[in-house]
Amino acid sequence: MPNNTEETGMERRTSRRRSFLNWLWLGLGLVALAEIVWLVVSFLRPRKPRAKAGGFGSVIETGTVDSFATGTVTAFPRGKFYLSRLENGGFLALSRTCTHLGCTVPWFEKEKKFTCPCHASAFDITGDVINAPAPRALDVYRVFVENNVVKVDTSIRIRRTEFRKAQVTFPRKP
Amino acid sequence: MAIPNNPSPEKSGLFLQIWRSIFPDPLIPRSDQARKRYLFKNLILHFRPLTVPEKTLKFSLTWGLGGMAAVLVLLQFGTGVLLKFVYVPTPVAAYSSIEILQNEVAFGQLIRNLHHWSANLLVLIVFLHLLRVFFTGSFHPPRQFSWVIGLGLFSLVLIANFTGYLLPYDQLAYWAVTVSTGMLEYIPGIGAWLQETVRGGTVIGSASLRIFFALHTAVIPVALVILMGFHFWRIRRAGGLVIPRTPGEEIDEPPVRVATLPNLLLREVVVASVLIAVVILVSVFFNAPLGKPANPGLSPNPTKAPWYFAGLQEMLLHLHPIAAVFTVPLILATVLLLLPYVSYDSDSRGIWFASHKGRRMAVIAAIAALIVTPFLIIIDDFVIEPGKWLSGLTPEIRNGLIPIVILVAAIMGFYLMMKWRFSASNNDGVQAVFVFIVVSLVVLTIVGVWFRGPGMKLVWPLR
Repeated sequence: MPNNTEETGMERRTSRRRSFLNWLWLGLGLVALAEIVWLVVSFLRPRKPRAKAGGFGSVIETGTVDSFATGTVTAFPRGKFYLSRLENGGFLALSRTCTHLGCTVPWFEKEKKFTCPCHASAFDITGDVINAPAPRALDVYRVFVENNVVKVDTSIRIRRTEFRKAQVTFPRKP
Repeated sequence: MAIPNNPSPEKSGLFLQIWRSIFPDPLIPRSDQARKRYLFKNLILHFRPLTVPEKTLKFSLTWGLGGMAAVLVLLQFGTGVLLKFVYVPTPVAAYSSIEILQNEVAFGQLIRNLHHWSANLLVLIVFLHLLRVFFTGSFHPPRQFSWVIGLGLFSLVLIANFTGYLLPYDQLAYWAVTVSTGMLEYIPGIGAWLQETVRGGTVIGSASLRIFFALHTAVIPVALVILMGFHFWRIRRAGGLVIPRTPGEEIDEPPVRVATLPNLLLREVVVASVLIAVVILVSVFFNAPLGKPANPGLSPNPTKAPWYFAGLQEMLLHLHPIAAVFTVPLILATVLLLLPYVSYDSDSRGIWFASHKGRRMAVIAAIAALIVTPFLIIIDDFVIEPGKWLSGLTPEIRNGLIPIVILVAAIMGFYLMMKWRFSASNNDGVQAVFVFIVVSLVVLTIVGVWFRGPGMKLVWPLR
């Protein structure tokens, strides 16, 4: 232990070296801690879900274009979406998950709207909000038509704030 | 302290030798000195102090709440370990394993009921304990950090309850956890990431069940034990509990102390026995609820969060989600954490409600909150449609920022008015605000649990 007498040059150098080493250890310790946190968080992150063919997460064939009348909504429980055919003939694949807190919204044919049982948010046939508290329109999935068959890609859920015409897929005129 | 050596076992028989190697002292100590030695040398008891201040034994100081919380945690460990032998944490098997537990396992239903009721009671008791500590000024130095640890324990108890809520995997569990974790998404910046991590994916499913089970049965129990040990150790370092006194009475230094064994331990055993008897009685007559198996395609109407989050859910009906699940809880948590570190006018340790004025102000604050909160809920549900007269503003500002600014300003105004009207110390003022906020939260919770029907519309519960 150094006493209160004047430090010699050598002692000063030693103490400087010591404090440098202490800081180094502290820094290394923090780096190690950060590494452990990083490791644990990466370990706990969800993995990519493996999609079964024909199930949620894959491309789902829904049926031929003509099998969906205009102004109707068809549920696809295995794909967790609704296929809306708008009055103008266009298709939209709507996620069934309410954008408020994640409840599943049922379609009410009589009132022509989706009403969430949890907090009474309501959405129209395009998924647009007609009743708060839902903050944005229902998410959509990409729809494409191949050989007159309507297909929905459920691997990517697309967030949107509101309905726009560009989101609609139209079957090519025969 | 001089502790005499054990009598040498040389000349006794083998049985006596073995007995004395395990229990060197008589099992029932007869003298005060022997009791002290017993406490000191006993593995389980030696974390208790030898003596405690006599006045802290008064039941109306603690109401036995801290001890009750500890007993309930132990009860949870006991019943939880048993449940773990039967429960299967997968979506397909979870629900049926609960049915097997209830219908085929001997005492299975009773053990589940015990676990369920004492879990819910634990939330209530820990909350009351927090109130007790606050209103007896037990957060003043040297107990400031004990308050912070206590808040940590409260959070752990809530997380333990919440993670356990999912495990039966019935409709109630599935959708309550869906809406509760749905709230996470509104935390700015990390919300979606956090929600996905907690759920183990985008929706509640097998990964969520694994995560919740691991948290519920390993992470949280260990954390609870560590923090509880820390909490108890801090009490000892502070020289025991606060010594109760009437307003104006000085703190006696040093306090008169009495032996822990039997004075404190006997009281603790009585409280624990009565508590356990009550929990068993409730569990015999009332079964823990079990709904239909979880169905991700069908949300029941109404879907409610667990009752301890019902206040939060009620707030969600009135405020913008970012305000309700992020800003308000953040403000409340900060206020709670900083409460012991406010520079107070006086040291009101051990005085119920700080002073005579403090008592009157607390009553007024409680009455104010009892009137204002239901009034605001009704006004918001039936009268105000801010969308119409503030249509130029974004929802975040209209339903989030503006109400919060008004509320915070109103509470600060309330604080200043009360302080001025009663020319009170800031102890009394802070306490009045605390009472106001707590009573408001209780009202929100009660409304959320009992006054919300299908479609989350206001209903009268007694019909």
